[in-house]
Amino acid sequence: MLLAVLSGFLIAAVAPWVHRGLGRHSGWALAALPAVLFIYFASFLPALREADGGRIIMEYDWIPSLGIQLTFLVDGLSLLFALLISGIGFFVVAYAGRYLEGHRDLGRFYVLILAFMASMLGLVLSSNLISLFVFWELTSITSYLLIGYNHEDAKARKSALQGLFVTVAGGLALLTGLVMMALVGGSYELHELLTSGDIFREHDWYLAILLLVLLGCFTKSAQYPFHFWLPNAMAAPTPVSAYLHSATMVKAGVYLMARLNPSLGGTEAWMLLLGLFGAVTMFVGIFLSLRSTGVKQVLAYSTVMALGTLTMLIGVGTETAMLAAMAFLLAHSLYKGALFLVAGILDHEAGCKDFLQTGGLRRALPVTTVFAGLAALSLAGVLPMFGFVAKELLFEAVLEAPALAGLFSVLAVISAVMVVAVAAIVGIRPWYGPRADTPKVPAHEAPPALLAGPVVLASLGLLFGLGAGLVDQGLIAWAAAAVYGAPVSPYLSLWHGFNLPLLLSGVSLALGLLLYLNWERFRRVTGFMEVVNRYGPEAAYEKTMAGMVWLSEWQTRVLQNGYLRYYLLTILISTVGLVMVTLLTRTDVHIDLDLSGILVHEAFIVAVLLMAALVSVTTRSRLGAVASLGVVGFCVALIYVLFSAADVGITQVLVETLTVIMLVLVLFRLPGFLGLTPMVLRVRDAIIALAVGAMMAVLKLAASTTQYADSISAYFIQESQPSGYGRNIVNVILVDFRALDTLGEIVVLALAAVGVYAMIKFRAEDRRR
Amino acid sequence: METLMAFTVGGLFAAAIYMMLRRSIVKLVIGLVLLSNAANLLLFTQAGLLRGAPPLVPEGAMQPAGVVADPLAQALILTAIVIGFGVLAFAVVLIHRAYEVVQADDMDQMKDTDT
Repeated sequence: MLLAVLSGFLIAAVAPWVHRGLGRHSGWALAALPAVLFIYFASFLPALREADGGRIIMEYDWIPSLGIQLTFLVDGLSLLFALLISGIGFFVVAYAGRYLEGHRDLGRFYVLILAFMASMLGLVLSSNLISLFVFWELTSITSYLLIGYNHEDAKARKSALQGLFVTVAGGLALLTGLVMMALVGGSYELHELLTSGDIFREHDWYLAILLLVLLGCFTKSAQYPFHFWLPNAMAAPTPVSAYLHSATMVKAGVYLMARLNPSLGGTEAWMLLLGLFGAVTMFVGIFLSLRSTGVKQVLAYSTVMALGTLTMLIGVGTETAMLAAMAFLLAHSLYKGALFLVAGILDHEAGCKDFLQTGGLRRALPVTTVFAGLAALSLAGVLPMFGFVAKELLFEAVLEAPALAGLFSVLAVISAVMVVAVAAIVGIRPWYGPRADTPKVPAHEAPPALLAGPVVLASLGLLFGLGAGLVDQGLIAWAAAAVYGAPVSPYLSLWHGFNLPLLLSGVSLALGLLLYLNWERFRRVTGFMEVVNRYGPEAAYEKTMAGMVWLSEWQTRVLQNGYLRYYLLTILISTVGLVMVTLLTRTDVHIDLDLSGILVHEAFIVAVLLMAALVSVTTRSRLGAVASLGVVGFCVALIYVLFSAADVGITQVLVETLTVIMLVLVLFRLPGFLGLTPMVLRVRDAIIALAVGAMMAVLKLAASTTQYADSISAYFIQESQPSGYGRNIVNVILVDFRALDTLGEIVVLALAAVGVYAMIKFRAEDRRR
Repeated sequence: METLMAFTVGGLFAAAIYMMLRRSIVKLVIGLVLLSNAANLLLFTQAGLLRGAPPLVPEGAMQPAGVVADPLAQALILTAIVIGFGVLAFAVVLIHRAYEVVQADDMDQMKDTDT
């Protein structure tokens, strides 16, 4: 299983060379991988029936020290997705080989699409929340790269970025939600969390977890109001649209909602949030679809409709709803995959990107016409296609919904009417009627690599419809059981007799066809939507992005102002504030103001030191400042000597002498002090400086009464003579115990010397020039 | 004595910070010298102050007689003094160079990257 998931990444790594070696046949060659994976996953079908609880778990160690395992969970739901991903993946890779033939970046395309497929497989098969999230983000990133595949096109880049921002922002929320789930449930393993639903539903964090997880799912699955990135993502090459944006990636959110239904589902909040957002998305999606005329736009918005429908069904949460959701998912993947591939053929052979340009292509593209029609029939939900089975179940589920059944049913029927109209636009408009002037005149029927996908996927839509019961027992019921959290009895059938759902189905067909005949009038009447769009979610997204740029510009201007003293002020004020607050509120400091035991000469030295420091700060004469600086240094040296640090004292005297000489030599080539700062600012700086000084004094006093650990000096004192053969312990430490530190010190000095030398040398050369 | 030293260190820090907040780059350098003195003194005081007990081992003995001052802090300060001097030397020459190019001691005139 590990190999199956990771093989996509492995093959992706060598795909460019395969492409270079095999040339135009590389598409078929690389498509072998998804084909093999499909067979591998299909081989799980019989085992699933025997497995305990309908699930198989496989564990591999990943980061053992952190307890992170790569666990894979195979049940009806993950298997349904895995089969769709690998199955449609096969046709898409083969199709891309031909569709993008001669494109100079085709090798890169294979890398991305295979890596995407592997990420998607990892996502649906992962049982560990962390690895699930990693794969989740990988799909976002590969999708970003695929949308921006034509990276020279500014619009493609912008759409790619939009998709990335929306899905990754949701991903962040999702990560928080998943970690909270793991904390509540006490495990990162899905197969353990799924059986402990009540823990979540009764926990205080339930609503927070639910909102965070749903934010991730809604952005990924383009639910209203996050739907806008999906149609824009159509900037990607058509095979990508067919694969990512209809059959797989956008369903990741749906997958996760379905997956977590046994843990988080079943509450009123779950039902209302999913049901309402789903129903609104369904309606808005199909409405916008019918308003569009671009081939891919129409299909993309109808995908939004499908995602909304799935979300709504998961929200409804009954046994029938789960069956309906899984059947609808399968039906949608089949017909939408086929239709997107047909859209690619329209573009490739006739140069049409807009339905208004098309018409009468049935003579030039007879095979495409037939199978586009077949897929459109499934989309419309006409007997005996699988789409019909799904649609009937959908009606039945919403009619029986435990809450808001009326609202859901009305929206579902209205949407179904518009879906039929969209299906007619896709299935009739380009092929029949008078021959339109297409940008390119199709010379021949599309080649086999392009036709394979539509033919097989559309035919499966018909076969599954005829054998609905078999599909149900084979997979759909198992998938529904995984979502429902309990066994589900197979129910799918092509014919359930004359009932309300069938009546609604018939009504929607008739009204839909009527709507199709009045398509132009519909678009004209709903022209006011353009105005609404200007204030819609996409405009909000644009505003947010512009606002973020403005905010970062503003804070850069304020914080990165280029004045050293403001940087210092910022640092100092924050330090003083934070340290003092912590010291006063968090710790039990004890300050011992013991002024006894001071000898007269010591007090004198300290007084001179402080006076000298004050003079160096206040004097307007440079010589005075440097001289008093020297006095400070020598006083410090005296303190070292008085308190048993002879070596330090000697060094300080030497260094201080050198410092004064150097300052006198160099600084006197610079101009004298100018009174640059007004009095007010000087007082402000003095206050801040005194605050820092006071903080250091208080810290010192507080620290001298606290000792957290024993000094390590005892070891050095004891071992200096026996191990280091030296009687001056300080020297032994420097050259023996801590010799590496001293080496570092020498390196610093050498670097400084090189720097000083270089600057003096270059100046001499500048002068000569 | 340690209480007095705490105030001394505080005073040195205050003087150093005040100088570092000035616009003149020479004053910034003076502030740096004061700052390194303040930091060294802080470290020295924190290790404990002992009069007339240098960390030396008497001739012929294996261990020092009685309690001695903390040698580790002294070693650290020694290193710090020398490194501080290296950095100061570099800074002073750099400032001198900058003055030659910019013809100003005012840091506000040095804040742009292009001269």
